[in-house]
Amino acid sequence: MVEISAPVSPVSEGANQADSVKMSARDVCVYYGEKQALFGVNLQIPTNEIMALIGPSGCGKSTFLRCLNRMNDVIPIARITGDIELDGEDIYAPDLDVVELRARVGMVFQKPNPFPKSIFDNIAYGPRIHGFSSNNKTDMEELVATSLQKAGLWEEVKDRLDQPGTGLSGGQQQRLCIARAIAVKPEVILMDEPCSALDPIATAKIEELMDELRSDYTIVIVTHSMQQAARVSQRTAFFHLGVLVEEGDTDKIFTNPDDERTQNYITGRFG
Amino acid sequence: MTDQVQRMDVTAGGRVAKSEKSKLVKRRYAAERRFRFYGMAAIGTAVFFVFLLFGSIVNNGWSAFFQTKLDLTVHFDESVIDKSGQRDRMTLLTANYRKLAREALLAELGVDPADRPMRRKAEALLSRGAAIQLRDVVMDDPSVIGTTQKVELLASGNADALMKGAIDRDVPESRRQLDNRQVAWLDELRAKDILSLAFNTGLFTYGASSQPETAGIGVAAIGSFFMMLIVVLLAVPLGVAAALYLEEFAPQNRWTDLIEVNINNLAAVPSIVFGLLGLAVFINFAGLPRSSALVGGLVLTLMTLPTVIIATRAAIRAVPPSIREAALGVGASKMQTVTHHVLPLALPGILTGTIIGLVQALGETAPLLMIGLVAFVVDYPATPMDPATALPVQIYMWATAAERGFVERTAGATIILLGFLILMNSTAVIMRRRFERKW
Repeated sequence: MVEISAPVSPVSEGANQADSVKMSARDVCVYYGEKQALFGVNLQIPTNEIMALIGPSGCGKSTFLRCLNRMNDVIPIARITGDIELDGEDIYAPDLDVVELRARVGMVFQKPNPFPKSIFDNIAYGPRIHGFSSNNKTDMEELVATSLQKAGLWEEVKDRLDQPGTGLSGGQQQRLCIARAIAVKPEVILMDEPCSALDPIATAKIEELMDELRSDYTIVIVTHSMQQAARVSQRTAFFHLGVLVEEGDTDKIFTNPDDERTQNYITGRFG
Repeated sequence: MTDQVQRMDVTAGGRVAKSEKSKLVKRRYAAERRFRFYGMAAIGTAVFFVFLLFGSIVNNGWSAFFQTKLDLTVHFDESVIDKSGQRDRMTLLTANYRKLAREALLAELGVDPADRPMRRKAEALLSRGAAIQLRDVVMDDPSVIGTTQKVELLASGNADALMKGAIDRDVPESRRQLDNRQVAWLDELRAKDILSLAFNTGLFTYGASSQPETAGIGVAAIGSFFMMLIVVLLAVPLGVAAALYLEEFAPQNRWTDLIEVNINNLAAVPSIVFGLLGLAVFINFAGLPRSSALVGGLVLTLMTLPTVIIATRAAIRAVPPSIREAALGVGASKMQTVTHHVLPLALPGILTGTIIGLVQALGETAPLLMIGLVAFVVDYPATPMDPATALPVQIYMWATAAERGFVERTAGATIILLGFLILMNSTAVIMRRRFERKW
């Protein structure tokens, strides 16, 4: 990864934030059929911070991320044990509505995946299905505008909201997807390697954007780029072979990790 | 090319001698050229036979679209049609219109009506359908009775064949369908512009008939239309629902695997088997009317269903999973994801598959033979419960008749059927182009 004009350097505030926990996982194990992908993960995700999940390919970081809004439900052979709580509420409780959960915990995917619809409809789709007054046109326009503004895309697309979202560039598409996630007014945004398909400039924009979003949302990001984790996150969790090896302040993980495996990974000895 | 050869020599290093290398290259090029030639030869053969097929059908069938007509001045004699003057419907329907047509022709030819052998010869130039044509004129408007009108009447099949050159004038009179007297009359009528070839609307409107000049695809077309309607109404919702469930909702286990294998097998079952099934289940067990478009449509639905299911599943599978994730990610339910995103995106593929299934059903003959759609049906079917035939079955029936008029109608109806099939296939192609999306 090229060194880019670094976005605002994260300031570690770990200790005084630790008391407000947004999501917490306790002893989470995930199985895909016979194969176990996660082994007893315990992790607390603090409010209004960016938590980075790093680790080599196949270490289970994406699996863990997808547990946080139950996207693994879609995979028929996936099975999960343990507890995951959002604001102290078990998200795997049988009476919990998974649709409502996903409205509270939004997601941005690795590959930009706008709907093949207009930019406006891309943003408006989520609010519409959640019963946002779709008969009130100006309200919806305002919501679309604020979502796009928050995602830093408004200036670029405000004159062509009726054009297909698939016609935008890769970086713009990814910001459109972020705007789409924001429009539903989530509390947590999960990002699964959001920059892996983007060029360095688009990546820098998204990283800047994440830092701005931090004040309103709790963000969990899976990334392959250690530089990115170091730049954007306040806390970092290192996964290896389905085990959460170490978790702590980003500064500490990258300068003085406790575990040897973490040390080896961040110095590039494997992965 | 030379560039490639040079590079080859360089990379070959010292392992292979230069001359040997160039021989290798030459051989590779020759092989490529040969392969390209084989491909072109294969395509050429296919195109040749397509043109041969279409050429022979059009050559045989174009004349079916024209029919010989006689413009005769007919006196609607009240004493022949309705002596009583009551204009009773039954009387009008059963009047001797044959006599009116004959007298008009005899007057035109200057033949004495009392000369029976001559009269019979002259009458043979008129179609038996001429009397029905006159009846229809009177039934439409009884006020023509007592007046003299110019009426266009059908000529007989033999007169039509002579006009189209299908009867050879050089054949000795004893072996010709028309004798010298009749040929001379026809030439006379033609010179007077009474006998002429006109566009054959009857081909599209008439039903079954033992006379080629009054036989048409009208009944068969309506029967085929009813069947297509039934197939669309049943096969599309059933097929799409089945495919959607199997692709999006059903668990992956041994049962769904079994169902999938069986659907694929069903698509390969010979169509006559569906006919047997229809005969056993719909007619013998359920007691639905034999040779009706309803049973035909049901059988064709069963035949088309696997095609629709397979095409729909392929179309659904072609929708990228990232779109499903995107929808689920903003909190759409499974159902909303399918109805808002997957189905609209799969629609072009579904439409194409459905139309291809319909084309198959439209051209299908064998199962319809089993359920009695080979029938001599003169009247238009008003509902799908009425006796009907189908286009390909009508072609099959005409193909077994010997008269020249039926031979040309066989090819003519084939042209019409092919026209429909090509039209539907092009619709499928256009729709796919129109709705195709790029990700």
